[in-house]
Amino acid sequence: MTSETLPDSGTIRDRNSDKSALVKAGLKRRYAAERRFRAYGVAGILFGLGCILLLFYTIGSNAIPAFTQTMLRLDITLDPQDIDPDAISTANYRKIVRQPVRALFPEVTSRRDKRALAAMLSPGAAYAVRQMVIDDPSLIGKRISILVPLSDDIDQLNKGAIKASSDETERRVSNKQIAWFERLQDFGLVETVFNTTLFTAGDSREPELAGIWGAVVGSFFTMIVTLALAFPIGVASAVYLEEFAPKNKWTQVIEVNINNLAAVPSIVFGLLGLAVYINFFGLPRSAPLVGGMVLALMTLPTIIIAGRAALKAVPPSIRDAARGLGASPLQVTTHHVLPLAMPGILTGTIIGMAQALGETAPLLMIGMVAFIVDIPGGVTDPATVMPVQIYLWSDAPERAFVERTSAAIAVLLGFLILMNTLAVFLRKKFERKW
Amino acid sequence: MQAANTVLIEEAEPATHTNAPPKVSARDVCVYYGDKQALFDVDLDIHAHQVTALIGPSGCGKSTFLRCLNRMNDTIDICRVEGRIVIDDEDIYARHVDVVHLRARVGMVFQKPNPFPKSIYDNVAYGPRIHGLASGKDELDDIVETSLRRAGLWDEVKDRAAEPGTGLSGGQQQRLCIARAIAVQPEVILMDEPCSALDPIATARIEELIDELREQFTIVIVTHSMQQAARVSQKTAFFHLGVLVEEGDTEQIFTTPKDDRTQAYITGRIG
Repeated sequence: MTSETLPDSGTIRDRNSDKSALVKAGLKRRYAAERRFRAYGVAGILFGLGCILLLFYTIGSNAIPAFTQTMLRLDITLDPQDIDPDAISTANYRKIVRQPVRALFPEVTSRRDKRALAAMLSPGAAYAVRQMVIDDPSLIGKRISILVPLSDDIDQLNKGAIKASSDETERRVSNKQIAWFERLQDFGLVETVFNTTLFTAGDSREPELAGIWGAVVGSFFTMIVTLALAFPIGVASAVYLEEFAPKNKWTQVIEVNINNLAAVPSIVFGLLGLAVYINFFGLPRSAPLVGGMVLALMTLPTIIIAGRAALKAVPPSIRDAARGLGASPLQVTTHHVLPLAMPGILTGTIIGMAQALGETAPLLMIGMVAFIVDIPGGVTDPATVMPVQIYLWSDAPERAFVERTSAAIAVLLGFLILMNTLAVFLRKKFERKW
Repeated sequence: MQAANTVLIEEAEPATHTNAPPKVSARDVCVYYGDKQALFDVDLDIHAHQVTALIGPSGCGKSTFLRCLNRMNDTIDICRVEGRIVIDDEDIYARHVDVVHLRARVGMVFQKPNPFPKSIYDNVAYGPRIHGLASGKDELDDIVETSLRRAGLWDEVKDRAAEPGTGLSGGQQQRLCIARAIAVQPEVILMDEPCSALDPIATARIEELIDELREQFTIVIVTHSMQQAARVSQKTAFFHLGVLVEEGDTEQIFTTPKDDRTQAYITGRIG
């Protein structure tokens, strides 16, 4: 502040007191601006947190019913007349599981009602008995007590998703079935147990028999392929570009293109996979091998960019020290620079893998969207992955798939949170130790 | 400066070395960073078992010259070195010379202590390991102990050799870096302002060490501190604006400089 800007500038003290008043007046404004800025920041964070909580709440509350399944306890006599010990697997188990249910309701006689009664049992009931007999043929001729799943509609009725009070035409369960179910409950034969099928089975058209294990295994194989390709190629590229490549216009062009690659929509990689891997090289459709190769393309730029940043963050003094002792360029890199950059590279890799794990679009292009019941046994078996499974289930008409969709999302989110936590942990643990 | 008392000794000492050929001899060394020339026709002889100090104001090219001696400038893309630098009759910029081998012969200690983020033991053992100097664990242990002893660090770290080298104090870290450099048994040790990040006590400790190391190695030290140059060196070379202005016995440079610029620098008028 000079005298020119202050009217009536007298002694230095006058000017100083004027100045101090001016500064004070300004201070108020400055602090107000600061408080406003903080308030905006806090509001932004609260909004973000609220959104996340809402997401977790909706998914969680939708998913919880999926973790239980309504079962029926049946006492079944395995009559040797029904099961030929020489052809155990081809016996008519549907009939075997229906008999005890019909026995509970002798008044049901019409064909139509009998069919409606039988429909309350899941097709899985017959499979369960069949599997039991195949596992232990000595059971034939004995009387066994077994828990079999009820159909998804009865399950939804039990969980309250289908309301008995609603109009009969608007629900998939008839009034008669509701009455029968209530009687079964009165007999004490209905049990609600933990839904192990959800975590052990592959996909199925029947919600009560559908599980995410097939998709989990498919995701696992896909991620293995992605990691096996993207990590070594990505790290090697990052090391070469950062430590060895001459800095000229070619490396600049490559750098720009790698950054561009990171911004390419993922479905484009799917089309590329379809055109190159499947149509040109003739690799199998729907296989985790191809899925992993496509996702590796998508993950590569992430790993290269994170890797280069991590390598750049290693202080040059470490390189100088190693060079000064006579380490060759490769030794400088492998003995010193790479180990120091590894936490950063791993963090980038995990984040890239988490992205790949949640990716759906490119996998649709290469046929991983198919309905696959079997658990894949290797990278060339047809498989689907978790996000695609979620996509498939969200499209299914059965009410029971709604909660299973949410459950699958919860499992996928669980994996993603686990991976990101690992990344944060690695970053914190190895942060700047030089 | 105790000029009068030491004149006899100082005169006697160079005489013994003038007969022996210089350990390192630089002729017409020019260094360019891109288009900018950083060093102009430097001619300098460095004798064995002496400490040669390179002094001069910031940006005068003394560090650049030092880094020419073990070809550390090679790692800078835009840097170009011309002229001849001969160590023991071998031109180190000749086509057939392997930089890795050269750096095993010419060790370096840097301005900022830069131990590897590994254990103290591994820091010292790294050089011998990559060059295959030790045939077994026992021999390696010996080399590590000897090097740490020579660097005057053994007593302080013998019980915690497995702890990270980065956990030591600044002065200890720098002595660790010196131990690491001498573990490779170099012939020449280059020191680039080794004490500029240290307090006076740690500095004194390093200076003592440099004096002891002179018996076995040829030492070239870049320093900003003229007192340090006077204390530790036998020969001094004064650089100014990329030109080697004057070189000679330390005693002579500090008492009777021939060049006006040297005079101005050591009396604090430029710098």
